[in-house]
Amino acid sequence: MAEKIALTGNEAGALAFKHINPDVVGVYPITPQTELMHDVAKYVHDGDMDTELVTVESEHSAMSVCVGSSAGGARTMTATCGQGLALMWEIIYIASSYRLPIVMPVVNRALSAPINIHCDHSDSMGARDSGWIQLFCEDSQEIYDNMIMAIKIAENKDVLLPVMVCFDGFIISHTMQVLEVLDRETVSKFIGEYKPAYSVLDLDKPITVGGLDLPPFYFEHKRQQVEGMKKAEEVIDKVTKEYGELTGRNYGFYNGHQLEDAEIALVAMGSAAGTAKAAVDIARENGIKVGLMEPRVFRPFPEEKFASALENAKLTCVFDRSISFGNKGPLAIEIKSMAYDYELDVPIVNAIYGLGGRDITVEDFTGHINKLAEICKSGDIEHEPAYIGLRE
Amino acid sequence: MRDYSKLLNWQEEPMSGIIEEPGSSVHYHTGSWRSYRPVWDSEKCIQCFRCWAYCPDASILAEDGKITGIDLDHCKGCGICAKECPAKPAAIEMVLESDAREKDREAAGKDS
Repeated sequence: MAEKIALTGNEAGALAFKHINPDVVGVYPITPQTELMHDVAKYVHDGDMDTELVTVESEHSAMSVCVGSSAGGARTMTATCGQGLALMWEIIYIASSYRLPIVMPVVNRALSAPINIHCDHSDSMGARDSGWIQLFCEDSQEIYDNMIMAIKIAENKDVLLPVMVCFDGFIISHTMQVLEVLDRETVSKFIGEYKPAYSVLDLDKPITVGGLDLPPFYFEHKRQQVEGMKKAEEVIDKVTKEYGELTGRNYGFYNGHQLEDAEIALVAMGSAAGTAKAAVDIARENGIKVGLMEPRVFRPFPEEKFASALENAKLTCVFDRSISFGNKGPLAIEIKSMAYDYELDVPIVNAIYGLGGRDITVEDFTGHINKLAEICKSGDIEHEPAYIGLRE
Repeated sequence: MRDYSKLLNWQEEPMSGIIEEPGSSVHYHTGSWRSYRPVWDSEKCIQCFRCWAYCPDASILAEDGKITGIDLDHCKGCGICAKECPAKPAAIEMVLESDAREKDREAAGKDS
């Protein structure tokens, strides 16, 4: 059943679509996601998928197709990135608010303006309050695996929330890597038959979706979404363990690298985490006790898990590939908020890197680790973020 | 029919505000939003049913194949019925809701 092959991130995502074989996909191209849906369209054309592939005129329509089809009881997926996600904005909130378990890869791309097609996390970070579960991937293997797990997490009756599977545009989407994949039969057995919570096409139980929800009711429905997110944490744990038993690939809420005895903890998501690991190993050889926490799950934000991962560090540095203008990087903001609630006695600094696809190298990381080691000694904490790779 | 005057806790509310009873909007009166009120004159009405067909709600009342009036509990006063009415003189006239209510109050005062 398991097979080792080499695929780009987009190809790995497309193969997951093929193995999941959803009922409906809403399709609109945008760089660097285009190849992913291009491959899905080929699979459908060649008869390798039974999916109804709906081509539309914009991402707003692509997500609208998904909402309609999912509310009609169909297992539904799409994919997007950057400006595409920005144009979907109105409808992504509708998808999560109607508890529609749509799964969508987001091939992270910087937001305009000025226009830029390369990677950063502004797109999915902007959507962090939209009620979607967000999983971040480091490589092709994680894309394939997270997409399959995402279906089972989203459709769980205690969760019923859509999922974004986020991975770095070009750096991962267009880079070929070796991964181990399953087959259609194994995947379909793992995800099981889709049993929708409701369907507007159920003639025996007619319902209205989209009615006006005025002040006496709306607040309660938002509280229900909070509960779905809370339950999602348990369900992610359960589904991840089941997937680990099936494949031997065991994921957690984060991937720790040399973290147990680390005095300096780095936090980074996506492809940069791979680079950071190499830098951590080099710094360790030079006697710096540094480690990495690479969050896989960003929504729901697994505070307790992250707190126990970072509680022994003497200094934590959070690397953000986006900025919440007027504040710091969004990942840093949330790690700091967690640290207050869990009374972590550790200074937390922030580093902004890689906006608009600027490379971050092993040398960039080792250089910054050296700076962090100095800060550790001097205790001279700078609250303004550092900008790595910026000309200044 | 759910009694919407009884408010439920978030745990008991149907998920996402999905309405589980078809046609329940009949019980929810929306006519108070109206700025203009359609006033229908049965004597001028030629029973063409255009108003009934064009009404974006379902506020034109009909019985036994005849227009019988306007459901003012749900009419939002858009004026499409008056615009589409081909009768000459028109069988539906839009009047200011505030004026219409004043008249209603005067009429009620006379009755008592």
